[in-house]
Amino acid sequence: MARTSILATSEQAVAGIEDGSTILVGGFGLAGMPFDLIDALILQGAKDLTIVANNAGNAEVGLAALLKAKRVRKILCSFPRQVDSYVFDELYREGKIELEVVPQGNLAERMRAAGAGIGAFFSPTAVGTPLAEGKEERTINGMRYILEYPIRGDYALISAHQSDALGNLVYRKTARNFGPVMATAAATTIVQVNEIIPTGYLDAESIVTPSIYVDRVVQTEARHYTVKGAR
Amino acid sequence: MTADTSTRAPLTMDQLAAVIAHDIPEGSYVNLGIGQPTKIADHLPKDKSGTVNVILHTENGMLGMGRKAEGDEVDADLTNAGKVPVVETPGCSYFHHADSFAMMRGGHLDVCVLGAFQVAPNGDLANWSTGKPGDIPAVGGAMDLAIGAKDVYVMMSLFAKDGTPKLVQACTMPLTGINCVSRVYTDYGVFDLGPDGARIRATFGITPDELCAKVAALHR
Repeated sequence: MARTSILATSEQAVAGIEDGSTILVGGFGLAGMPFDLIDALILQGAKDLTIVANNAGNAEVGLAALLKAKRVRKILCSFPRQVDSYVFDELYREGKIELEVVPQGNLAERMRAAGAGIGAFFSPTAVGTPLAEGKEERTINGMRYILEYPIRGDYALISAHQSDALGNLVYRKTARNFGPVMATAAATTIVQVNEIIPTGYLDAESIVTPSIYVDRVVQTEARHYTVKGAR
Repeated sequence: MTADTSTRAPLTMDQLAAVIAHDIPEGSYVNLGIGQPTKIADHLPKDKSGTVNVILHTENGMLGMGRKAEGDEVDADLTNAGKVPVVETPGCSYFHHADSFAMMRGGHLDVCVLGAFQVAPNGDLANWSTGKPGDIPAVGGAMDLAIGAKDVYVMMSLFAKDGTPKLVQACTMPLTGINCVSRVYTDYGVFDLGPDGARIRATFGITPDELCAKVAALHR
């Protein structure tokens, strides 16, 4: 029997997420954002959350809706400020949300390290900049590096294109972004997909996230948003 | 080439984009930063069959990125790093974020072109934060990109709105990366950065002497 649970509703998929959890939220802007899982999480009521994501929400959908509902204590992200991040901007200016800015590549690699069992790693990114202040530096073969630690999630909420009944995942285009990395870095990975197909129907050579990383899957109606004002 | 004073006026950003596009060797893997550098994509030379022989990387997870999507082509699952919907090119590929930045950090990209607030002759770059109190900090991929290609070029106007040069002896704004920029393309000239400082490669609508008089970081 498959260890991955295929669930009927998004509400079931996010059941049990505790107050104070650290949640990795997929998406780059709105591409790959798990809208339905986040809406269900808002209904579920978990609060005092730490969110790890690339951005801090766009307009009032997805992550921005969770911020607006005041469920987030702290956010780790690379690029909070965007043309339509007004929900975050206001919370930040009022001192109602804590922000840790992490360079995008380090954000991804720190989650990769968590999923791969790496204790820490030396990255050349941010050497000599304000974001390296207070961090251990080492020169290796004449190059300067900064020590970076893994970022683990209690949960990952991500979206993918298709899953089979075992939880093997394929993604669509650049909506893949953080999904495969976050899936490896959380204790419980919850995925919304556009379609669940029978096991054996995905091309085994094309599976991006193997089922071992996936705990819960729910099929939802695909919702498409683009960032207004992006240029 | 040390000086090209054939242009009577400084270049527009579109003309500058064309200059950069023609300097990128055929076959290169290139990342164009958000803002002015994205214009370079419109000027990349095409071969006889109409194919652009430069492969564009977008850090949100794609090689072989095409132009901006129009009308029915818009697909919310396919955007560039500026979150603008784009199209595929034949032979494009998708990958996740850790792979995308590993590709960058690992030195596999040939050229990266970035915008800048300030650049110094030693290759220091400031392009992520003006350092003004009250600004919300946001770095995105800027620090990864700054160290993430064999050649990192800057494309910028040479002078800020207040008339001060953006090529400076030492950056005063928060740094994005150190010793990372190898060439600076501006509306008034192109400068190669190296151990001897900033060397004038070309000028536009101004003589090298006039330029050195205006920009303290430049020497003849």
